Amino acid sequence: MSRDRAVYPVIPPGVSDFREAGVDAAEEWRALEREGVTLVPTHCCYCGVQCGMYLRVDGDGRVFGVEPSDHDINKGKLCPKGVTAYQQVNHPDRLLYPLVRDRRGGELRRASWDEALDRVASEIRRIQDAYGRDAFGVYSGSSLVTENTYLMGKFARVGLRTRHIDYNGRLCMVSAAAANKKAFGIDRAANPWSDMFSTRLMLFAGANVAECFPVMSHYVWGARDRGAQMIVVDPRETPLARTAELHVPLRPGTDAAFFNAVLHVIEREGWLDGRFIAERTVGWEDVRDVVRAWDPPRAAAICGIDRELIERTARMWGTAERAMAFHARGIEHQIQGVENALSIINLVLATGQIGAAGKGYGTITGQGNGQGGREHGQKADQLPGARDIENPEHRAFIADLWGIDEPDLPHAGVSAVELVHLMETGEIRGFLALCNNPFVSMPNNRRIEACYERLEFHVQLDFFLSETAARADVVLPSTTWAEEGGTTTNAEGRVILRHKAAEPPGEARPDWWIIGRIAEHLGVGGPFAFDSTEAIFEELRRASKGGVADYSGITYDRLEETGGLFWPVPSEDHPGTPRLFEEGFNFPDGRARFNAVEWREPAEPVDDEYPIRLTTGRTVAHFLSGNQTRRIGALVEQTPRPWVEVHPSMGYANGDPVRVVTRRGEITLPALVTDTIREDTVFVPYHWAGATAANLMTVDALHPISRIPEYKVCACRIERGMEITASPAPPNPPGSPADEVAARTTVDLRQPTAPQGRGTSDA
Amino acid sequence: MMGKTLFIDPGRCIGCQACVAACRECDSHRGRSMISLDYIDQGETVASMPTVCMHCEDPVAPCAEVCPTDAILVTADGVVHEAAKERCIACANCVHACPFGVPKLDMEEMLQYKCNMCYDRSSVGLAPMCAAVCPTGAIFYGSIDELLAERPNAAATDLTVFGEQVIRTGVAVVVPPGYEEDAIPGTP
Repeated sequence: MSRDRAVYPVIPPGVSDFREAGVDAAEEWRALEREGVTLVPTHCCYCGVQCGMYLRVDGDGRVFGVEPSDHDINKGKLCPKGVTAYQQVNHPDRLLYPLVRDRRGGELRRASWDEALDRVASEIRRIQDAYGRDAFGVYSGSSLVTENTYLMGKFARVGLRTRHIDYNGRLCMVSAAAANKKAFGIDRAANPWSDMFSTRLMLFAGANVAECFPVMSHYVWGARDRGAQMIVVDPRETPLARTAELHVPLRPGTDAAFFNAVLHVIEREGWLDGRFIAERTVGWEDVRDVVRAWDPPRAAAICGIDRELIERTARMWGTAERAMAFHARGIEHQIQGVENALSIINLVLATGQIGAAGKGYGTITGQGNGQGGREHGQKADQLPGARDIENPEHRAFIADLWGIDEPDLPHAGVSAVELVHLMETGEIRGFLALCNNPFVSMPNNRRIEACYERLEFHVQLDFFLSETAARADVVLPSTTWAEEGGTTTNAEGRVILRHKAAEPPGEARPDWWIIGRIAEHLGVGGPFAFDSTEAIFEELRRASKGGVADYSGITYDRLEETGGLFWPVPSEDHPGTPRLFEEGFNFPDGRARFNAVEWREPAEPVDDEYPIRLTTGRTVAHFLSGNQTRRIGALVEQTPRPWVEVHPSMGYANGDPVRVVTRRGEITLPALVTDTIREDTVFVPYHWAGATAANLMTVDALHPISRIPEYKVCACRIERGMEITASPAPPNPPGSPADEVAARTTVDLRQPTAPQGRGTSDA
Repeated sequence: MMGKTLFIDPGRCIGCQACVAACRECDSHRGRSMISLDYIDQGETVASMPTVCMHCEDPVAPCAEVCPTDAILVTADGVVHEAAKERCIACANCVHACPFGVPKLDMEEMLQYKCNMCYDRSSVGLAPMCAAVCPTGAIFYGSIDELLAERPNAAATDLTVFGEQVIRTGVAVVVPPGYEEDAIPGTP
C-alpha cells in the first residue's frame, strides 16, 4: 500500500524544552479537511449490523480510505472487516471484464459483454427448450441490496418463468424466520437495539457477538454500564462469554433441552407472567405439559453441564424485571434449529418479556441484508412483501403488478441445498448464480462440487473470482457495494440507504444492469428496463404494499433524512415501527403462539468410531466464504489460515498437526489448544476453501421445515496427523497479474494464537 | 492528566483488532499499525489487550529525553509525537528507553514511528482512529467526566508501577474495583 507523504513542520534548531516547542503538528494533514477529498456516507458491506461509515474518495473519484461515521447504529464503531472493507474497491483481484470458457475443462478467457450475454441467453433458451423451464435454476444471496433481491425473484418468475430460485439466506436465517412466523406471525426482530440500554438482563444463545457482529458489543456494554447482566449459552467461551455473569457451555445440539429445562424451573418456581400468558398468548398448556417432563437433571445429562447452570439461568431470567433474548446461527444451524428458536421464544412469552422498552427478543442476521434479502421474493416459496407464493390472493396481487396472468406465475421451488442436489438427477441443467460461493459454504461440499460438474451451463456474477465462479462457463463482472447505491435492512429491521461512492472499474457493472441485459438478450427486457436501484425500489414499494413487510411508505429521500426507517412503513407519513408487539401480535386474534418442542438427537450422533462433536463457525477477521476477506492483506495477516480448536485434555500441543475426520472428509489442521472449548467438542472455522474447507466434513442433513443445514454439529474423530493441509490462495483469472501474486502466497502455515487471530507481536 | 485522553480498559477488549486496522488508516503512518494487540495467557482464555503509546508525563517522555537529535516533540497538550523525519537517525535510543515497548523502527527508511494520538484528529477534538472504531469501548477517548458519564462505576489510573519506578502517563487505564488508591484523584 502506498503511504501518503506528509509534510512535517521543522522543529526550531536547539529546542530542547519539549513543551515550548508548541508546533501544531496536525496542521499539514488534517484527515477531514484535505482538499479534493470527499466523504461519501454509506454503510458497511458485511454483517447485519450495517454500521454507518464514510468512504474517503479522492479528486480522481477513487475510494482510498474510511472515516468513522456518527450514525445512530454504530456511533463510529467498526470492526476490522469494516475498517478495511474499502480495500476491496481498487483491489488488483477485481474482475474487470466478462470471462467465458469455450469448452468444459478449458480455461476462462476474456470476452466482450455482447459475446458473454449472447452465450448466456442462448444457453438459457437451449436448456429450457430441451428440458423445460424448471431445468434452469437461479441461486441468489442476501449480501445484495434489497432492490437486487427483489429483481432476482422477478427475473426468475417473469424472465425465466422457472420455479427454481432460492437464496443463500437458506444457509443462514431461515430457522429463525420460520420460528418467528410460527410464534409471532411476522419475521423481524422485535426491538431496536437501543432497547438494550434499558434492559436488566441479556441472554445470548449460539451467538458469538464479539466476532460475528462485533459492533453489537457496543450495545452490550452500554447495557452493562447501566447495570444489566448477561448470560451466554455457547459451547465455547467466546470473548463476550468470558466477561458474562453466567456462561453455559453446553454440548452442541442440545439447546432445546436446555431451554425446556429453564422453562421447567421457571414454571416450578412460579416466575411466570400469568396475566401476559392469559391475555396475549395461545397454547401455554401444551408447552407447560412438555417442559414439566424436562427436569434439570434430565437436561443437564443431555447438555453435559452442571444442573446448577440451568437453575441459575432460570433464576436470573425468571426474576429479571426486564430481559431480552438474542440468538444466532449456533442454535439455528441444526436440524432442530426452528425448535431451538421456539424454545427461547416460549421462555420470552411465558415471562411476558416482549413488547416494551428493555423487554424483547431478536435474531441476529449474519449478512448485511440478511433481513431485507428474505422479504421480497428471492426465497423459493415467497413473493415480495413477505407474501406466500402459494396463497391465491398474494399470487393475484403480484401477478397483476407484474402484468402477467396468475397461472403463468410459477409455484414454489426447492431450497438452496436441495436445488444444487437436483443437479445430480439432471432436474437442474443450467444455473445462474450471484452473491454466493457454495464450494466453500455448502455442507458436505465434495458432493456440491460433483453436482456442479453435472451442469450443462453455469453463469456466475461476482466482483472477485470465487472458488465457485472459477468453474463457471461464463463469469460476469459485477460491482462492489461502493459502486452501487441501494437499501438494506439491518438485524433490527431498520431499512437504511447506501450511497454510490465510485464508478465501477473496467467493464464491471451493477447486478441490476447485468440482469436487465440478460433479459434483453432473451427478448424479455421490458419488465427489467430499470435505470437505477431507486427505480427498482419504487416498484418494490408498490409490490410490498399491504404485505407483512410493507415498505410502501419508504422513499430514498426519507431514508436520507432519517438515517433509516423500521418497517412496516405503510404510508409516507408513517414514522416506521421500531418496536413490534406493543399492542398485539401478527395474528387475527392479536395473540402470540406458544409452540411446544421436544429435543432430539442431532442427525449424526457421536458413537465409538466418531466420538467427538465437530462444530463450525466464524472468526472475526473473515466473512462467510472468505471470497472478499481472504484477499485483504490486513485480515489475512490477522488470521492466515484455519485451525482446529481442541481442549488440553486431548493431549496435543499448539501447532501439532491434528487430523479431523468425519464420514465425509478430513483435514489436517494445526491445533489451537485452549481451555475455552468443551472437552468433547472441537471447532473449525469455515471461511477457507479447497482441501481446508470445513464443509468437506459437515453433514448435509436439513431441517424438515426451514431446510437449513446442520453446520453446527456432526460426529468426528481426531488423531495425530502428519502434514498440515495447505490452504489455497483465492483464485484469479488465468494470466491476470493478480493470479501470479496469489500463486506465490499459496501456503501459509502461520496459525492463529487465539480464536480471534494472531497477536501483532506473535512470531 | 488533563482534558481529553485515551482510557484503556483491557477487561472489555474482545481482541477483534479493529484498533489495529484503524491505526493503519492514520495519515501520519498510513499502512502500518502502531498498536500492539496481545492475546494474553494463551490457551487459558480468549482475553486480549491493546497497547498504545501511553504519552508519559512524569518522567516526561523517556523516548524524547534520550533522543540525541531532539527529534521527538512533546506538544503543550502532552502528546508525544513521532520522531521528526528531518532529525531521526534511527539510533533506537527511544525504543530502548520506552517502558511500554511502543516506538517502532523502520530500518529501510531509517526512521522511527510511534503513536501521536492521531494528532490530526485529536487536536481538533475528534477521537483517534483506534478509539473511534473500538466496538466495546476498550479504547475510549474523552475526559474523565465523559468516561464516568457513560460508565458510572468505572475507576481509572494514570500510574504504572515498574518495580520501584512509578510512571505517570497521559493515557489512563481503567482499573477493577480494589485499585482505588492508585486511581486518579476525583474518581470513585
